[in-house]
Amino acid sequence: MPDLSAPSISYVGLAPVLIVLAAACLGVLIEAFAPRHLRWNVQVALALLGTVGALVAVVLVAGRNELTAARAVAVDGTALFLEGTIAALGALSILMFAERALDPAKSAFVASAALPVGSSADRKLAAAPYSQTEVFPLASFAIGGMMLFAASNNLLVMFVALEVLSLPLYLICGMARRRRLLSQESAVKYFLLGSFASAFFLYGLALIYGFSGSVDLGEIRESAARSGSSDALFVTGLALLIVGLLFKAGIAPFHAWTPDVYQGAPTPVTALMAACTKVAAFGAILRLLYVGFGTSEWTWRPLIYSIAIVSMVVGAILGITQTDVKRMLAYSSIAHAGFLLVGVIALGDAATAGRGLSSTLFYLLTYGLTTVGGFAVVTLVRDGDGEATHLSKWAGLASRSPLTAAVMTLFLLGLAGLPLTSGFTGKFAVFRAAIDDGAWPLVVIALLASAIAAFFYLRLVVLMYFSPPAEDGPTVGVPGLPTTIVLAVTAAATLILGLAPNAVLDLAEQAAVLVG
Amino acid sequence: MSDLPFLLILMVLPLVAGFGLLAVPEDRHDLIRRITLGVSLVVLVLAVFMTVAFEPSGPRFQFVQSYSWIPDFGVRFALGVDGIALVMILLIGLLVPVVIGASWNEGADAGRGTGKTGSMRTFFAWLLILEALLIGVFAATDIFLFYVFFEAMLVPMYFLIGSFGGPRRQYAAVKFFLYSLVGGLVMLASVIGLYVVSANEIGQGTFAFDALRQISIDPDLQKLLFLGFFIAFAIKAPLVPFHTWLPDAGAEAPIGGAVLLVGVLDKVGTFGFLRYCLPLFPDASRAFAPAILVLAVLGILYGALLAMGQTDMKRLVAYTSIAHFGFIALGVFAFTTQAGTGAVLYMVNHGISTGALFLIVGMLISRGKSRTIGDYGGVSSVTPLLAGAFLLAGLSSLALPGTNSFVSEFLVLLGSFGPYPVFSILATVGIILAALYILLMYQRTMHGPIKPAVGGFKDLNKREMAYLSPLLALIIVLGVYPKPLLDIITPAVNATMADVGAEGSTAQAGNGGDD
Repeated sequence: MPDLSAPSISYVGLAPVLIVLAAACLGVLIEAFAPRHLRWNVQVALALLGTVGALVAVVLVAGRNELTAARAVAVDGTALFLEGTIAALGALSILMFAERALDPAKSAFVASAALPVGSSADRKLAAAPYSQTEVFPLASFAIGGMMLFAASNNLLVMFVALEVLSLPLYLICGMARRRRLLSQESAVKYFLLGSFASAFFLYGLALIYGFSGSVDLGEIRESAARSGSSDALFVTGLALLIVGLLFKAGIAPFHAWTPDVYQGAPTPVTALMAACTKVAAFGAILRLLYVGFGTSEWTWRPLIYSIAIVSMVVGAILGITQTDVKRMLAYSSIAHAGFLLVGVIALGDAATAGRGLSSTLFYLLTYGLTTVGGFAVVTLVRDGDGEATHLSKWAGLASRSPLTAAVMTLFLLGLAGLPLTSGFTGKFAVFRAAIDDGAWPLVVIALLASAIAAFFYLRLVVLMYFSPPAEDGPTVGVPGLPTTIVLAVTAAATLILGLAPNAVLDLAEQAAVLVG
Repeated sequence: MSDLPFLLILMVLPLVAGFGLLAVPEDRHDLIRRITLGVSLVVLVLAVFMTVAFEPSGPRFQFVQSYSWIPDFGVRFALGVDGIALVMILLIGLLVPVVIGASWNEGADAGRGTGKTGSMRTFFAWLLILEALLIGVFAATDIFLFYVFFEAMLVPMYFLIGSFGGPRRQYAAVKFFLYSLVGGLVMLASVIGLYVVSANEIGQGTFAFDALRQISIDPDLQKLLFLGFFIAFAIKAPLVPFHTWLPDAGAEAPIGGAVLLVGVLDKVGTFGFLRYCLPLFPDASRAFAPAILVLAVLGILYGALLAMGQTDMKRLVAYTSIAHFGFIALGVFAFTTQAGTGAVLYMVNHGISTGALFLIVGMLISRGKSRTIGDYGGVSSVTPLLAGAFLLAGLSSLALPGTNSFVSEFLVLLGSFGPYPVFSILATVGIILAALYILLMYQRTMHGPIKPAVGGFKDLNKREMAYLSPLLALIIVLGVYPKPLLDIITPAVNATMADVGAEGSTAQAGNGGDD
């Protein structure tokens, strides 16, 4: 047994994660000690401070490439780029959490989550102008966990991060103010399926440990290179780990929870899940596959290749049949996860970490921003029951609120990948990397899937613009400052990353470094 | 004067004006249409200046401009025109003011029980944006940039059809968009493929047309890449069997949109054959040419037969276009300068004659409120001017000698007779069918007893005469004296045919009009 002296920790390198987690811990204390009338404002400020502070820290730390905390956490270009992306998208989601102008009861979150739905106390509180402010520290914990998830170079740390990000999400999924039963159902579903996924991951971890005697990604790679990668323990372990991660990223065929949870959860939480969780999960996938299993490429490549196809096709085709905006966006995210896997395939071998990595990073950023924007628009369209998410309610929206419809159209065209939007730049980058790598059949399928997916994005445009407004249609809420900021930032990003993406592409190119 | 960045101005001006219109209050209809018309006329004048400044014997691409855009992808914002692109831009410059004249009241009745959802302001804004993007498509000399415009121009047309079209406009708009998008995405695969090939060949990936033209690609790979481009252009053009979206889109689009759709937007497909398919993939082009010619001739006959069976006037005109696009494809893939020149001239002439035909049909529909041929009869005795215009446009569409289309059709047939006599003869049958469907429509609507609905028709008003007369005049002028256009087109087609290695590509062509 080697000595147990504490490992050296680069606190500067870990600063982004630590800042968010510190904000989360402080938030818990505030919840305990601050008077109720102050809590909301303080919590919002603290959560924003945490995420924006993390973003600033990422910028300051940028340029480092090292492993810290006994090789458990990576501080390299990829980790920092993803941490920055998660912090930025997280800050936007927190802004959506903080919106008070849209719901008549001042918040999208329930006043008291513990009350049974429909009880007299619950009814009494239905219009109460306060809500559970615990959502802010919970979201901060989740965001901190996501950042760690994308940076962990050690399977155990990865698992801990997975739980840190998942548990708060299970909770806040069930805290919607409207349609509480649906919200709670989504939380239970997410929890049950998520636990299974965690169990898969943990079991895979155990098998890999049994194979290599280590949970360190670098050492796993070396032992795989040493003893070949056809060992049953190794292959099973690898498969189980991948399943766990694919579940978190919402990739078909492990996507079954996505539509239900996205639909039931409060929309700000859905935005957080759709954008940040996906980025974090892909960060973990990239690191696991390229650092941990970089030398056993041919063991996982066929698997990822076929899953990419399944995810694109399932997302695109099932998306067509949806009648609810949030479910439609959920299937859209499943399809996009498939496109992202096309980028993962394109990396080639770990030694020549090239375009696949940078293009995947870029795609994650563009996808996240556009998706948050799309969900922000969903929060605006409301009727007496809260958000009007059924597609038929969106008919003729353009004549009721031209600006809202125009912004939504921009996001939809971006998601569909039309030129001059960020979605096209991202797709182009990923597809180019894949063709470069010889995966052109995959790209052809991806292009066809994009065409199919374009149909359901277009259908919403058709409804908004070409249909006469419904008689008892929804009203379009006037967003307060937070949602306005979210919409402005995401819409601007969707346009700018389509028209002049160069600076960010360069950034992604420089960031495409994996250590370990 | 040739130092002016013509192409950039031509694109930026309508684009800025299009977005600028959104700042004008929605109910200032007069102001909105005056601004739009003014801008489009300035574009026309600039396009004419540019044509005058163009030197047919000069370098292949002129008015060249190139700016760095996305260096990470090797993409440049590179513009330039050869003779082919130049005449198409001239056609756009001509048709847009005409379309504005024809759409003078489009959207004025928005929301008053018409079911149409767009306002006049959005109509003209989309129209100007469409003009900018169309000019961009023809002016781009970077394939990535071309692709961007190729896809982006779907958006304005989609909104023009979907917000201002006929009863089945939603269906038609989505069908139009999806067909084109599928084609575009298949092309995207080839575009990226070309980039990767260029990266392997010259060490650095590029999308520049001139650089890509010079690399040699493995023939098998060429075939795959060719197919990507070809499918996109065949859907766009459209060739049979990729044509089924056009009758719907053409019939449901507002008249102004239909003129630009069939007159210009679809020409991007045939333009793409000439600009991209032939020079970039010469071996594959030669390998596939016989099959494509079969499709072209099929299109000529099939389009004509279906046109004859139509009862809806707009659908009829749309089907005639399918036949005409068959002629253009025949000219392109016959690989002789004569046929190629005829095809390019055909692209211009078809824009003029079919544009005029659509406009006149639109006038009839605006008077009779019906698209069905059977609802009209005896129109010529009520509105002789309208009937006369109809006859002239129809005769041009069936390529009567003395009208513009005759010159181009003759060149195509002549040029393709040498290498492919059978196809040429079969195509000639299409001319006879064309005479049938045009004259039958004319006879049914214009002659015979006056239908009760027709009795109250008013003849052409001043505005209608104003926007129709340039087209009618050009039908005659270009029928008698096409030389100026041929002089511009021929060198560019020569260069293209040299790229594809066609025999006799240096032979003199373009004398057809002087006979």
